[in-house]
Amino acid sequence: MIFMILEITLRSLLISGTATLLATLWSTPIALSISMREFMGKGAVKSLFTALIGMPTVALGLILYLLFSRTGPLGPLHLLYSPSGIIIGQAILITPIIVSFMVSALESVDPGIRDLARTLGASERKASLAVLGEAKRGATLAVVAAFNRAIAELGVAMMIGGNIYGYTRVLTTTIALETARGEIELCIWMMVILLVIVFFLTLLINLFRRD
Amino acid sequence: MNLKMMALIIVVGCFIIGALVYIEWPYRSGQRLQISTTTSLYDTGMLDTIADYYKQNYRVSLFFISAGTGQAIEHAKRGDADLVLVHSPSMENTFMQVDGVGVVRKIIAYNFFVIVGPEDDPAGIHNLSPTEALSTIVTSGRSRQSEWVSRGDDSGTHSKEKKLWTKAGFSSDDLREESWYVESGTGMGATLNMANQMRAYTLADIGTYLKYRSDNLIDLEILVAQSKDLLNVYSVMAINPEIYPELNFNNAVDFIKFLVSDEGQNIIGNYGVGDYGQPLFYPAVSLSLENTDPITDWIREYAYLSYEGQSWECPPPYRAGQDNLYL
Repeated sequence: MIFMILEITLRSLLISGTATLLATLWSTPIALSISMREFMGKGAVKSLFTALIGMPTVALGLILYLLFSRTGPLGPLHLLYSPSGIIIGQAILITPIIVSFMVSALESVDPGIRDLARTLGASERKASLAVLGEAKRGATLAVVAAFNRAIAELGVAMMIGGNIYGYTRVLTTTIALETARGEIELCIWMMVILLVIVFFLTLLINLFRRD
Repeated sequence: MNLKMMALIIVVGCFIIGALVYIEWPYRSGQRLQISTTTSLYDTGMLDTIADYYKQNYRVSLFFISAGTGQAIEHAKRGDADLVLVHSPSMENTFMQVDGVGVVRKIIAYNFFVIVGPEDDPAGIHNLSPTEALSTIVTSGRSRQSEWVSRGDDSGTHSKEKKLWTKAGFSSDDLREESWYVESGTGMGATLNMANQMRAYTLADIGTYLKYRSDNLIDLEILVAQSKDLLNVYSVMAINPEIYPELNFNNAVDFIKFLVSDEGQNIIGNYGVGDYGQPLFYPAVSLSLENTDPITDWIREYAYLSYEGQSWECPPPYRAGQDNLYL
């Protein structure tokens, strides 16, 4: 039983961790270009990302299920009922969180910094990196909040992963299944682990933010 | 700076690839079967036992996706399962003869549904026949003395419940508008919990009920049991290889053969005896071969599918070349 709990915890961390890394990889450039540039409909784009934070996980799960299903448009990739499928789903789910939080963090940086970097001869890209460096606390918070959302979500993991034992079973789907099975003790263990992960990460970030 | 960035991206890239390989490995390596099944089978834990045994002895991993029978069949229709393990003869019939997707149907096990309720039995249904019991519950419900929890999730148990209401002279579509009739919309375990909290009656499969009862999670009592109307039959079906040729039909047929062999039937018949003092499922194959028990006729009447005026476990056009399974 302890082996099973460890294995499921490790899988949860790997899946949601990878999803967070992937989402960060593409969300950072998006956030940078939204906050650094002026363009038509900028406000609308920002509102859209903010609104998408509230995307219900079951809605995303259903959309991805129809896409990944064998008869769906992405069927040949065999992503349904696989950990990669959950990773993609969670990465999509948390992209709006990272983008929105990061844009706020970047926009709160003194605009003088970017101009200063430019006057000192930095390229557009280097200037962006300088601003990102200034906003790193806010950016870290965005990533941690996104990870917490990913590891705690149930809809995508259940509908895309299918909760297959030893393959796509993660902390949240185990809790859902074992509650139905009446294995309350196991559920409580899983819940404690989930809470410890989420609290511990947030605590760590708060310590980091203090200095 | 550029070097640092490059190094960071390489490290992150390696981590992502490593994580993917690590968690995808059990799936991409070795043989596997994806099986859509019902919560009442899966929640008892019997399928995990079968999966461990089958993996050890036949080197094929069984991946179970558990949902209600309706949803399990829906998944299979979209090509997302190699096999289905379900318990609703009418839905199986549609899946096979109307949709043309289900093939090689074998009946593997049976047990009985039970009508459970609070110990003090406010409606007074103890030892009535199932249809009388339901009528009594309606009367008692309408005078606000008892409540009924329905699964309401298109599962095999729900489809059985709807048939029982029809047989008792009611329509579940009308009843759901009444305040004493509550739809839980979830699995069997959650529904039992709900009925337990509400001191209400419900229809349950014996496996889930016994598990919950023996773990002291509920104190509902069995009030109506072991009657022909409450028969519950589980069957397995493969997916028509002409419709989804990329599915693993040969492995699916091997697994069906294993389930109906003495080896598979013994696992089914012995599961739960140690924990509950009685099996949760009864093997159906030997029963129909010996043909002495009256339950054989009940199964035939309830769970056989009609085709050209006769009833069959699996009508001949849907055997996909596996006629030797039906001798």
